[in-house]
Amino acid sequence: MAGHRADPAEPDAVSPDTSFSKEPTSRRRFLGYLLAAPTLVAAAELGGPTVFGAPAANAAGDTGGGIPPSPQLADSYDLTDALVHAARPTANLITITLDENGHAHFELHRTEVGQGISTTVAMLIAEEMDLPLEHVHVTLADARPELMTNQLTGGSSSVSSIYYPVRTAAAVAKGKLLEAASLVLGEQANFLSSKLGVITSSAGRSVSYGDLATKAASDSTKQVEADLKSESDFTIVGKPTRRIDALDAVTGRKQFTTDLDVPGAKPTMVCRPPTINGTVGSVNNAEQVRRMPGITDVVTISSGVAVRGETYGQCIDAVNALDVNWGPGPVDGESDATVEQKLKDATPPAVIPPTPATKTLERQYTFAFVNGSALGVNAAIADVKSDSAEIWSTLKIPIAAQEAIAELLGMAITQVTCHVIPGGGSFGRTLFHDAALEAAEISHKIGKPVRLMWHRADDCRQGRVHPMSVGTMRASFANDVVSFEQHHASVRTDFGHGLGDAVSSSVATHVPGVSYTVSEAIFLLTTPSFYNFGITKTLLTETHQSPENNQPRGGFNTSSVRNVYSPNTATTRELFVDELAEKMGMDPYNFRRKYVKNEKLLKVLDKAAEVGGYGQPTPNGVGHGIALHHEYKQTMACFVELDCRPETVNRKVRDGVTGPRVTRGVLVTIPGHVVVNPLGMEAMMQGGFIDGFAQALTASVHLDRGSIAEASWDNFFYCRQWNLPFEFTPVILPAEESETPAGAGEMGVAPAFAATACAYRAATGTTPTHFPINHNDPLPFEPYPHEPPLPPSPTNGLDYAY
Amino acid sequence: MPEHTFTLNGKQVTVDTEDNVRLLWVIRDLLGVTGPKYGCGINVCKACTSHINGKAFNPCSVQVADVEPDDEITTIEGLADTVESDLHPMQEAWLDHDVVQCGYCQPGQIMAAVATVRKARDEGRELSDADIEGIRNVCRCGTYFRIREAIKDGATRM
Ligand code: FES
Ligand code: FES
Repeated sequence: MAGHRADPAEPDAVSPDTSFSKEPTSRRRFLGYLLAAPTLVAAAELGGPTVFGAPAANAAGDTGGGIPPSPQLADSYDLTDALVHAARPTANLITITLDENGHAHFELHRTEVGQGISTTVAMLIAEEMDLPLEHVHVTLADARPELMTNQLTGGSSSVSSIYYPVRTAAAVAKGKLLEAASLVLGEQANFLSSKLGVITSSAGRSVSYGDLATKAASDSTKQVEADLKSESDFTIVGKPTRRIDALDAVTGRKQFTTDLDVPGAKPTMVCRPPTINGTVGSVNNAEQVRRMPGITDVVTISSGVAVRGETYGQCIDAVNALDVNWGPGPVDGESDATVEQKLKDATPPAVIPPTPATKTLERQYTFAFVNGSALGVNAAIADVKSDSAEIWSTLKIPIAAQEAIAELLGMAITQVTCHVIPGGGSFGRTLFHDAALEAAEISHKIGKPVRLMWHRADDCRQGRVHPMSVGTMRASFANDVVSFEQHHASVRTDFGHGLGDAVSSSVATHVPGVSYTVSEAIFLLTTPSFYNFGITKTLLTETHQSPENNQPRGGFNTSSVRNVYSPNTATTRELFVDELAEKMGMDPYNFRRKYVKNEKLLKVLDKAAEVGGYGQPTPNGVGHGIALHHEYKQTMACFVELDCRPETVNRKVRDGVTGPRVTRGVLVTIPGHVVVNPLGMEAMMQGGFIDGFAQALTASVHLDRGSIAEASWDNFFYCRQWNLPFEFTPVILPAEESETPAGAGEMGVAPAFAATACAYRAATGTTPTHFPINHNDPLPFEPYPHEPPLPPSPTNGLDYAY
Repeated sequence: MPEHTFTLNGKQVTVDTEDNVRLLWVIRDLLGVTGPKYGCGINVCKACTSHINGKAFNPCSVQVADVEPDDEITTIEGLADTVESDLHPMQEAWLDHDVVQCGYCQPGQIMAAVATVRKARDEGRELSDADIEGIRNVCRCGTYFRIREAIKDGATRM
């Protein structure tokens, strides 16, 4: 494992694989601002025409065999481009403030949910200002309506969007510091050098940033030019760097929403219906429940019946004691089988007709609903008064929350303050503001502050899930593949949170004359072509998208879950490529080598095969899979070795599932540009890889007549220590020439899912048609009842002490 | 309401609440100590893992009435004090291996790791991979690889 790891223990060691010698831009000049303030405040516009070059197109058809594919939108313009462009139109500023101790402060308009964005941004500022990393303080900005689509944390686009603006503001600040120091030290600015927050003259005299903070302050707001550091001079960016918020996390000091001490905001929970989005009828014993120990309030709201009390434990008891007449929900008639049938019925026949000279292969794979919970459950604090509302929650699109809450309360947006709190994970969940809106409704109705927390069972059963889908593949081939058609039928993904609007308006500008729905736009932006397979077509159809389903609580509660379509579309494509290879008499690796459409894909493919040891002999029941993917400005290949031998598959773990085990994994990437923090990117590669194989093997939820069976982590089988591969190697190859740094948060999921599916086929000789592969086995747990809704807390915890 | 007394992070505390309130809520909601996290309330996710008299346990599944006055409860906030230092060696290992992503599971992971190492020692053996695989704590961010490295390293420093 050692060879390719970024090693934090040796801060000076740059992993050779993460260097960025081929720098496309050396010193570059951008416009920034100095703001009138008592100490130095530098700013830059988010986006702006000078900052971004045109996105580089992927060259197609430049490797060996096959017929070049017909061009796909995502070959030249992808989701990252759309989100970066969505960040451009705002004429509003991000600012860096220097205090009198020489520390820089930055309010980040992105949300930290574990992806490490605050560390990345702190590194950019420290680099450009020549400050020690510890002297940079990053906090999360409240909702800022003027930022519009720019205050949005989604699609792994954060680093891509803010790389230049943040550096520009920091460069403006440093320029002004040098100017002020030149007066103090009596030397021209270009004879001065700056290091670790101190500026030194050629004569050896020095002055600290702290001493310059007021001297460098501007008494008027003005536009200035700033030179960005040349990337070849970077000493912090590109070095494996530990997270700046880790100390708080390991000491228990890091505060999440439910940890905040907002006066009067007592624990609050909601009694929810037994079926998805069921309706609330009458409550038969509200008064009685209100008199239970510790309970202060019981109130009916649109999603259920809320209780507020002294402790969450007492709220759980009160929720379970409520006697409510529930009405039906919008999807009570739906189960896994009915949804799967609808998806298959929605799949149109092949678009590309077969010819007498070609053979045809057609396959179909089904992907179950997947739980979208983070470990931190949905939570929000709300304090609604008659003329104002204050909200605290993990909000990836805080402006959308602010608008929705203002509308609910009949207030102006300016009367609603939304504080953005770091999240206990997100994976797409906190793109939505479900908890914040609900908390506002409860606080409004009872006239008191509330600290709303969803129970884990609620988070599993009424929380958002990754939609079920059916992937259909059709190819015609003779000596080469002449057509390749991929159809993705999916339950509607809810994009009602604003990300969709950002994307579709960018696409509308970029591809004039064609109008796409939000879903179509995102689908097209994430499905580039990979292989020289001739006429290439990808198509999306969504079910469950009638107007009623688009109402709040109108259909399934869906969202992206660490990626939108790609885990399922990549697995469909790559598994089918394996089947096609067999039909055409080649092994999966050499088949891909022959047909990949460009050198970058070939390079990552070969690297993954080499590091993983693809094709080395394995015992019976153990197999190798390899898969390709491109997204977020990353060109990736993943290798998986999967052990499907009975002694492994049948291991016993109390209340857990085992099954096939990934024994070795490799994820190789060529990133789009400088990797700001390779150690952070490796962490994302590890997490994404785990998500991918878990979704291939064990992780799904089961829908039965409108109810989800799963209610805990012992039901929803995401990876636990006993499922972990023995070995995983992330490999970051030198960056390609592009101006857009790559996104990392979701990158590993799709290729890992696909490679695991391919490895299963290699290990067992059986091609799975349903994912996860254990989804249609008898349920390995007894579902908790849906009424009363919450599994009561056990009392025998001490019996398990160790 | 009944009174309950026990030691929390080295200090004697007394709370007034119903007997059946689970200890997690007593610690978090009544005493304001928020290091132990809620992730399920049914002894599954292990985000609330803390120590009782030096052993790992899950306060979401213990009634406050079942805690005795001489019981010593330690949460992540009190871990370093047990070795009279700013950081416990396991916390240091966690930082060195840059384990943390969102951090929500990490207090529980660290408390579980310390107890797992101690248990192996008490049984007269060193930490094994099987011991680590026995740790049930969920990390939805997928920090499991680094957790595994950090526990092994932390064990050598304990
Ligand atoms: S909250 Fe205690 S084990 Fe999950
Ligand atoms: S670090 Fe996020 S759940 Fe473990």
